[in-house]
Amino acid sequence: MNKDLLLYEKSRAGRRTLRLGALDVPAADTTGLPLRQSPPDLPQIGELELVRHYVRLSKKNVSIADSFYPLGSCTMKYNPLANEVAATIAGFSEAHPLLDAGRCQGALAVMKRVEEFLAAVTGLPCVTLHPAAGAQGELSALLVANAHFAARGEQARTKVLIPDSAHGTNPASAAVAGLEPVTVSSGKDGLVDVDDLQSKLGTDTAGFMVTNPNTLGLFEPRIAEICEKVHTAGALVYMDGANLNALMGIARPADFGVDMMHTNLHKTFSTPHGGGGPGAGPICVSEELGVYLPVPRVVESESGFHLETDAPESIGMLRGWSSNFGVILRAYAYMRRLGPDGVRRVAENAVINANYLRVRLRDAYHVPFDGLCMHEFVATTRHQRPGGVHAVDVAKRLIDLGHHPMTVYFPLVVNEAMMIEPTETETKETLDAFVEDMLLIADEARERPESLHDAPLSTPVGRLDEGRAVKEPVLRFRRG
Amino acid sequence: MRPDDRKYLETHEWAKVTGDIALIGLTDFAIHELCSGNEGDLVYCDLPETGRTLEVGETFGEIESVKAVADLSSPVEGEVIEVNEAIEDHLEILSSDPWEQGWMVKIKLTKKSMDHLIDAETYESMLAKQS
Repeated sequence: MNKDLLLYEKSRAGRRTLRLGALDVPAADTTGLPLRQSPPDLPQIGELELVRHYVRLSKKNVSIADSFYPLGSCTMKYNPLANEVAATIAGFSEAHPLLDAGRCQGALAVMKRVEEFLAAVTGLPCVTLHPAAGAQGELSALLVANAHFAARGEQARTKVLIPDSAHGTNPASAAVAGLEPVTVSSGKDGLVDVDDLQSKLGTDTAGFMVTNPNTLGLFEPRIAEICEKVHTAGALVYMDGANLNALMGIARPADFGVDMMHTNLHKTFSTPHGGGGPGAGPICVSEELGVYLPVPRVVESESGFHLETDAPESIGMLRGWSSNFGVILRAYAYMRRLGPDGVRRVAENAVINANYLRVRLRDAYHVPFDGLCMHEFVATTRHQRPGGVHAVDVAKRLIDLGHHPMTVYFPLVVNEAMMIEPTETETKETLDAFVEDMLLIADEARERPESLHDAPLSTPVGRLDEGRAVKEPVLRFRRG
Repeated sequence: MRPDDRKYLETHEWAKVTGDIALIGLTDFAIHELCSGNEGDLVYCDLPETGRTLEVGETFGEIESVKAVADLSSPVEGEVIEVNEAIEDHLEILSSDPWEQGWMVKIKLTKKSMDHLIDAETYESMLAKQS
């Protein structure tokens, strides 16, 4: 096994990358300061070994910068380098969040323009950039809904209806907001069972959380009727904007009845993604709900921009600062370069690419909902079942063939799901290469299925025991 | 053929009734689906405290494998009087013996009629249709 030693394991006393010169300034007086009693236990290592350590690790990294990354539901689209150039402009990158408004007009303008852009894409006029990720966006919108119902004396609205195909964050956010999640069934067509929804709507319903297109990559054709039913019951419609990539520039959620939604800048607007953040999940709400959005808010007046905290009906502050500004800035660069027409082309190409893969793969793999899909689709290993081959085996084999695996075992409503989202930026050649390898794996599953259980073979470590990793996790390094 | 000494819920829980006591468990099919036949892939099973009362269809716990989490729905109405503690540390019992040692909770019934459940034959034909 090609296992790299940690820096601590490579450490040898006395090695170092830099030797400081003798102290040539007066020593500071440290009397009375809480100084540590012993030197910190840091690895001691020379520059060459240090450089090799990180270069070797970096070569083991897999990202969209070196391979196709069709991770359904997560939209691992390419992040153009121009975003990074924008983010390194010193006037932005060195700005402090407590600067006087007069000294950061540019940064405030960027925030305001991004809000306006999101309002234009969603059709929902009131926007906040605060939420640090989609899940926090969901939570803040549900807190907005709570404030809305409290102001109307409708505190009895405590239930949130959520389709069984939803992202797990939806019921989790509802629970954190003090509401009770109630599951709505999907029909055989993979869409919301409108009769089941109707039967669960009532005077105790606060809202309906819908992902559209849903996690199967299907557009809800009855979405306008669904929203009307929810409104008739006096409740609000929340849209999980994880899949906005398929709609932007084509359909505005407000036009089919959505009252509140989040957008994932790190999915749809090409900001850094994965590895734990930072993300950004701005929420957009209707005019009526705008008064409840968190503070501070970016306000534009004749004298310029400023941050406003005087908003008595607001749900208050969500976090220490106004947003993950570096992420907002990258999204701004992306939006400005694309413009309204470019945004629409992104959605069109994302949908076309997904449909191309779906049609090319649908003979070799079972595609349970084999109609036009949006930006992603779900296939399964049902045809490979006789050989004992599962979705995880296909995913692991893809690693050997140089592709990042697709999402597997989500959504939960499909058995042995493989969720494929190519995104809009891939060439036909890349898509074809992926298809050829998926067909090769289907051949292998038929001819020598056992071999797939051993994949991946080309990686530093082979098939990991995921069950044991959960049950007996080793979470910290202990020096031997 | 699955055991016909008990009845089944469409969501794969079984209930075996003796007098006013029911043992509740999960079928071999559900266990296999969760762990793809690899019992090591089952990682967690959350069961209720004794004393809790359950309605038919109410979620009483959850079972988790490396690929999915599934709710456990109660096939009967009554009070939880005993929980199979052995499962927590030995999830493999669920796949090695789902029908006897793999029972999850023991329930004192407040409603004895089992007419809402399906028999083994119907459960079998339901599975046959799915595959």
